[in-house]
Amino acid sequence: MAVPADFPAMIETATPASEWVIVLPVALALLGSAILVMLRKGSAILAVLSGLVILAMIACEIALILRIVEVGPVSMTMGKWLPPFGISFTADLFGAVFALAAAVVTLFVLIYAEADRPPEARGDGFHGMLLLLLAGVTGSFLTGDLFNLYVWFEVMLIASFGLLVLGGRPIQLDGAVKYGFLNFLATSFFLLSLGLLYGLVGTLNMADILQVAPSANPAAMTAVAGLLLLAFGMKAAAFPVNNWLPASYHAPPAAVAALFAGLLTKVGIYALLRALVVVLPASRDLLEPVLALVAIATLVIGPLGAIAETNLRRAVGFMLIGGIGAVMAGIAIPNAAGVGGAGLYILHAMVSMAAFYLVLGIIERRTGQVDSRQMGGIYASNTAISILFFVLMLAIAGLPPFLGFWPKLLLIEGGLTMGGWTGGLLVGAILVNAALTLIAGSRLWAHIFWRPAPQEQEPKSAIWPREWVRGGAAALLTVIVVAAGLWPNPLFEVVRTGAADMLDSSRYVEAFGLRGDGS
Amino acid sequence: MDQTLAIVVGLFIAMGIFLLLSRSLIRMLLGLTIFGNGVNLLIFTGGRLTREAAPIVAPGLDQPAGIIANPLPQALILTAIVIGFAMFSFLLVLAFRAYQTLDADNTDNMRVAEPADAPNPPLSY
Repeated sequence: MAVPADFPAMIETATPASEWVIVLPVALALLGSAILVMLRKGSAILAVLSGLVILAMIACEIALILRIVEVGPVSMTMGKWLPPFGISFTADLFGAVFALAAAVVTLFVLIYAEADRPPEARGDGFHGMLLLLLAGVTGSFLTGDLFNLYVWFEVMLIASFGLLVLGGRPIQLDGAVKYGFLNFLATSFFLLSLGLLYGLVGTLNMADILQVAPSANPAAMTAVAGLLLLAFGMKAAAFPVNNWLPASYHAPPAAVAALFAGLLTKVGIYALLRALVVVLPASRDLLEPVLALVAIATLVIGPLGAIAETNLRRAVGFMLIGGIGAVMAGIAIPNAAGVGGAGLYILHAMVSMAAFYLVLGIIERRTGQVDSRQMGGIYASNTAISILFFVLMLAIAGLPPFLGFWPKLLLIEGGLTMGGWTGGLLVGAILVNAALTLIAGSRLWAHIFWRPAPQEQEPKSAIWPREWVRGGAAALLTVIVVAAGLWPNPLFEVVRTGAADMLDSSRYVEAFGLRGDGS
Repeated sequence: MDQTLAIVVGLFIAMGIFLLLSRSLIRMLLGLTIFGNGVNLLIFTGGRLTREAAPIVAPGLDQPAGIIANPLPQALILTAIVIGFAMFSFLLVLAFRAYQTLDADNTDNMRVAEPADAPNPPLSY
């Protein structure tokens, strides 16, 4: 059917090929996932295929980042419908860099998983679900439409359900029940707030909401923002709604846990950052005391849980929650340093936490235990692992010269610039969090590596190639953490542009082509 | 009509949350489903109810002649129903597997991942 020339809601010209880089990563992951599910019995080819797909995604994301650096935020709308009717993919620098980090982390986790999975696990569809999870994560980072974000959340959720129960041990089923119910409830809350938001402003396109929201009822908008805070807070495991995380993240194999720790909560907190700071800034200002309170509670209670826990991976799960508090603090601090610190912290936590869980997997393999009280003496038999653990623990606590130091520095600078009670308390909580994380982490280190083993164990030596590949994957991720910490200038450039685009959304809205059409 | 639906939405969500607070997995699942249906109805109501025509353009016209119903909430709900059904099916199977493997459909008895008698942390370095 011919489209009338004066019909306003349609895109007339073909989309330039250069804009396709924004949808290609997601399309590649979905396509690859479908093919891998079909081929799931072919054992050796699967890892290679999924690795190639992830490499292609990385290439697309690098091209996308280069384009964003050149022209600012990029947007592409599906199906020839102009926004706000068509579904838009929009990437600013933060979204694209996080998508790249997610793909890189997944690549290393894939390498680790190949050396870690037992032979009888072949044909279980692991690789298909891995790519589906990555598709959901990438889609969440790159979408410009809140309903689309809901859909990507569900894609991510169903893939993570699959990965969590793969293997079917009782502990996994138990963890999956808690993870499944609470995460599905969180996305239902998200959908609930979307329904209310649509009723209030009549649109779900992020840039369009930005333009309509100032004229909507501020009290009602704040209620919506509060519901979004609850929903994304549950996803990200912020303080009052965090207990599903330590209940489930220690259940699956280490590779899956690393993937979850690196990606899932980060997507939740990134969605909160985007929804509150970019899309609903007026409601964020009204919610600021709540945000600060949640941030402080999460920052302090996370590492306290880690100190009180004996199960190694559950203890680290609590440290992960503490990190979410740091990002929440950045959302509560409404200046460039605060938002930039939150963004950089997300990036740091994606890489560091995934690497940390990989190292935990190696420790569990080596000792055959999950409880830190039964471990010991690894320092003598495998010094390399103990150094990896120590470096990552320092990075997570936020000590220089590792990557974790810079976002905390930015957050503290933001808190001091903000001033007042809130800023001071947030800075204090960040420092307390660093100290408590350091206590929890160094105590774990002392128990696992330093003291002699509780019972006599055969000192195991590394077995080529499986153990070396596992250790290599974790070590390479750690090298990223160290290198980025020693040479942070490029990251600071990203943070400056990303935070500026988040706080002043005019370039973001312009990318949609919404400005000036009078709608 | 809007008010009636608003009350129904409130009832559904209250029922859903009430059921979710119970300990039995099956009751929790039913609660999730009812909650989800309440949310779907809320989106439908949020899109404004009209008694006007279906959102279809008559032959020979470029745009609809009069007021039409809002098609967007219907598309949103359709997506949400499909996704919700997929999640419900998965969680139902998961609850059954958990019942078989853990011999428990009561969340109080599901303590494999979080043992109830967890020991104190070591009190020294």
